[in-house]
Amino acid sequence: MAAAHRVAAIAVSGSPGRRDVLQNLAAVTGCCNTGGMERQEVPGASGLLSEVAAAEAELRAAADRDRGGDGAGVAAGDELAAYFDEVVGADQKIEPRDWMPEAYRKGLVRQIAQHAHSEIIGMQPEGNWLSRAPSLARKAILLAKVQDEAGHGLYLYAAAETLGVSRAELFDKLLSGRQKYSSIFNYPTLTWADVGAIGWLVDGAAIVNQVPLCRCSYGPYARAMIRICKEESFHQRQGFDLLYTLARGTDEQRAMAQDAVDRWWYPSLAMFGPPDAESTHSTQSMAWKIKRFSNDELRQKFVDMTAQQAEVLGLNLPDEALGYDQPSGHWRYTQPDFGELMRVISGDGPCNRQRIEHRRRAHDDGAWVRDSAAAYAAKQRTRKAAA
Amino acid sequence: MLALADDGLIAAQRLAEWTSRAPELEEDVALANIALDTLGQARLLLSYAGELEGAGRDEDDLAYLRDEQDFRNCQLVELDNGDFAVTIVKLLCFATYQHELYSALRRSTDERLAAIAAKAVTETEYHVDHARLWTLRLGDGTPEAHQRMTAALGRIWPYTHELFETGWIEPELLAEGVAVDPATLREPWLSTVDKVLVEATLAVPDDDWAPTGGRHGVHTEVMGYLLAEMQYLHRAHPGATW
Ligand SMILES: [Fe+2]
Ligand SMILES: [Fe+2]
Repeated sequence: MAAAHRVAAIAVSGSPGRRDVLQNLAAVTGCCNTGGMERQEVPGASGLLSEVAAAEAELRAAADRDRGGDGAGVAAGDELAAYFDEVVGADQKIEPRDWMPEAYRKGLVRQIAQHAHSEIIGMQPEGNWLSRAPSLARKAILLAKVQDEAGHGLYLYAAAETLGVSRAELFDKLLSGRQKYSSIFNYPTLTWADVGAIGWLVDGAAIVNQVPLCRCSYGPYARAMIRICKEESFHQRQGFDLLYTLARGTDEQRAMAQDAVDRWWYPSLAMFGPPDAESTHSTQSMAWKIKRFSNDELRQKFVDMTAQQAEVLGLNLPDEALGYDQPSGHWRYTQPDFGELMRVISGDGPCNRQRIEHRRRAHDDGAWVRDSAAAYAAKQRTRKAAA
Repeated sequence: MLALADDGLIAAQRLAEWTSRAPELEEDVALANIALDTLGQARLLLSYAGELEGAGRDEDDLAYLRDEQDFRNCQLVELDNGDFAVTIVKLLCFATYQHELYSALRRSTDERLAAIAAKAVTETEYHVDHARLWTLRLGDGTPEAHQRMTAALGRIWPYTHELFETGWIEPELLAEGVAVDPATLREPWLSTVDKVLVEATLAVPDDDWAPTGGRHGVHTEVMGYLLAEMQYLHRAHPGATW
């Protein structure tokens, strides 16, 4: 594979106000496809990326600590469970070789698989604009971004494999509807501005959701998330920049940008899942340190971050009730329509059928290719053995 | 210069059509990578071509505002992707050609062109290798894949002859050592492609039909659709910044 492609990123110009807000967007250099070369590390940035960096440091420290022999294999049942609790309690990492409760394993598989599926289904709505990107620079950025998402899918399927499930099994569950992907990708990308809105809002929401997962108790998942979060933050920044340019363009471009934000805002809020009162998986996930914040906490965090960025963009978020609440330090906002979320999750969003059909066709059309690659590999092994 | 740029641009446009449709996830990443490379080469060349022209046209003006007759790419790159076998045969033929061409252009007397070629040559080396590996897996894998590869070769081979045509390059550029005579590339090209096909147990097709015209702005019917899709948004908003 050729060296990582660095797509020339967009210089951050504009008012100092814009600069401050952008500190919450990407500030890391050289980690992914879409990363810009001239990006500066922001000293003391208190943004989400410093949380990723902290998680990374924590992970290294955990790896360095001697855990007093690798408990797996020797201890009896109760001791294994105690060992597991101790590791999780001490904020250390569970590794594939360690014993883990079956429900922990299952829950992780479900979550990682759903996340992996979201990455690869997510390639479709944005890939939809690759052939029509209105400048070559934007085309290159978008191509690199969609490629990043494929890479995220790969890391995550690999993380799931450490828990004993194969990619083929997970694909099968995706295609048969037994496993889900993020409902956001069941909405269509109708204009070029949707590419920007997805980058800014959807990747933005993904980061808020995923940064805490960098400290997840399962080592391979935490490590995958650190890498992914760094890349997602570039995606968010690029989406922001795309919209920023449109918002300062012609009347038609501005209208296109506003329309995209209007359509993507509430579905993005719904990405954090049902309200805490109705969320089923949370408590145990919290205890096992898979999840660290509730859906509502994360949603609030996202609104706080995004509302300020919208002001810099000069675009309106479609919520009359939106406003800064001085005493709490948070933004007030209107909840998304959770009934709609449930309908989309259960299969009746605008694009559910299309997205799965597309994936199934790609999978089926590629079957003869994969078969031939396997046959060739087998022949090579036989030849080697004979030689 | 425009011919090389347009080759890269149109090849990238076609390769990017595979995004989210590749036979496996790794291949999605790889094809996007190759598309990013040829797009990157095209952008450098288009910018340079615009500067040489001196009429103030930038890469986007050249990519989005020229009409079909002004595109100078070979017909090979504009052809439909077909199945994965057709895509791999196209890639093998095109990347090997690009590799030979850029290798030679590293010694161009035009320093900027030589620098672009030096960067491109390492990229195309990887493209050739990628196409080679898939040619082996498909040619020497299952009978179905072998048959698809044979059909793909039959379909693509005629369009490779155009790559080595000479007439369209200004004689001064050749004399001054700026450009390379494509005819001289055919022999090393054939020896590489031939070796890969033989190893993949595939027969080298006969040289019969040799369609031509791309270097003079004459394209196949699919080119109009490709450009309509690529250019429409840019053209729908004249003068806008993206
Ligand atoms: Fe992603
Ligand atoms: Fe992303």
